[in-house]
Amino acid sequence: MSNRLINWFRFSSPQTFYPLAGKMLPWFIVLAIAFGIAGLWVSFFVAPVDAQQGQGYRIIFVHVPASWMSMFLYVVMAAWAGFGLAFNTRLSSMMASAIAPTGALMAFLSLWSGALWGKPMWGTWWVWDARLTSELILLFLYLGFIALQAAIDDPRRADKAGAILALVGVVNVPIIYFSVKWWNTLHQGASVSLTKSPSMAQAMLWGMLLMALALWMYSIAAALARVRAIMLERERHAGWVEELPEMRA
Amino acid sequence: MNWGSTAEFFEMGGYAFFVWGSFGVAAAALVIETILLRKRRSSAIVELRREIAARSKNGS
Repeated sequence: MSNRLINWFRFSSPQTFYPLAGKMLPWFIVLAIAFGIAGLWVSFFVAPVDAQQGQGYRIIFVHVPASWMSMFLYVVMAAWAGFGLAFNTRLSSMMASAIAPTGALMAFLSLWSGALWGKPMWGTWWVWDARLTSELILLFLYLGFIALQAAIDDPRRADKAGAILALVGVVNVPIIYFSVKWWNTLHQGASVSLTKSPSMAQAMLWGMLLMALALWMYSIAAALARVRAIMLERERHAGWVEELPEMRA
Repeated sequence: MNWGSTAEFFEMGGYAFFVWGSFGVAAAALVIETILLRKRRSSAIVELRREIAARSKNGS
C-alpha cells in the first residue's frame, strides 16, 4: 500500500516539476481549445437573443468568465505566494510570479469588455462605481506585484516582497464580489450565485460556464508554460538545467 | 439557430462593434500571450545553451 502513495513533496522541487509541467501542458491546451469551441458555439448559436439587450448581451460570455478568472487567479496567486513565504519553497513563489501576468490580462479583459458593454447599455464607457473601481484596483494590484518583483534584483527577496503585497491585496477580492450588494451600483447584481438558482436561461448559463472553463484551462496552460520559463531563467546555474534534453543543440 | 444569414451574424443586431470588439480583443490577447510565452522560453534556451557552451570551452 505505502509504495502506491504519491509523494507530492517530490514535485515541489523545480527539477521534478519542470518535466511534469511539460507533460501536463498539452492536455490543458487541448482542454482549453475544446471548451473554447463548445463555449463559443453555445454563446453565439444556442443561447437565445435577450429580450432587453438584443444581441448586445452576448458580451456576457467573455465579460463574466474573464471577471471570474481575474478574481480566482488572484486568490490562487496569493495562496502560492503565501506558501512560498511560509515554507520558503521557491517553486511556490515561482508559481505566483507565473500566474500574475495572466491574471492581469483577465482583469484587463474584464474592464475592456465591461466598457464595451457599458457604452451601448448604460450610455457610458466608465463610471466610478464600486464594482468597476474595485476591479480596476485588482488590475493595479496585479501590475504592482509584477512591477515590485521586477524592481528587486535578488529573486528570493522579490518573492517575499511580492508575497506581502499579494496577501494584503486579497482583501480586495471579497470587496469586488460583494460590491454590488454593499453599495448602490450601476453595475447589476450577480446573475449566478452559489445560494440561489441563476436568474437566466439555461443556455446562457451553459455558455458562461463553458467559456469560464475554457479560460480556466487556458490560464493553467499559460501559468505552466510561464513557470517553466521562469525555472530555466532562475535555475540557470543548477546542474539539472544543463542536463535537460532541450539544452543539447 | 439565431441567425438568418452570415451578414446578420456579423451585424450582431447592431451591436457588432461592441460584441466583436470584446471577443476580438480577448482572442488577440490570448494569442499574443501565447506568442510571448513561446518567445520567452526559446530565448531562455538560447541563452542557456550559450552559457553551457562557454563553460565547457573554458574547461570549468
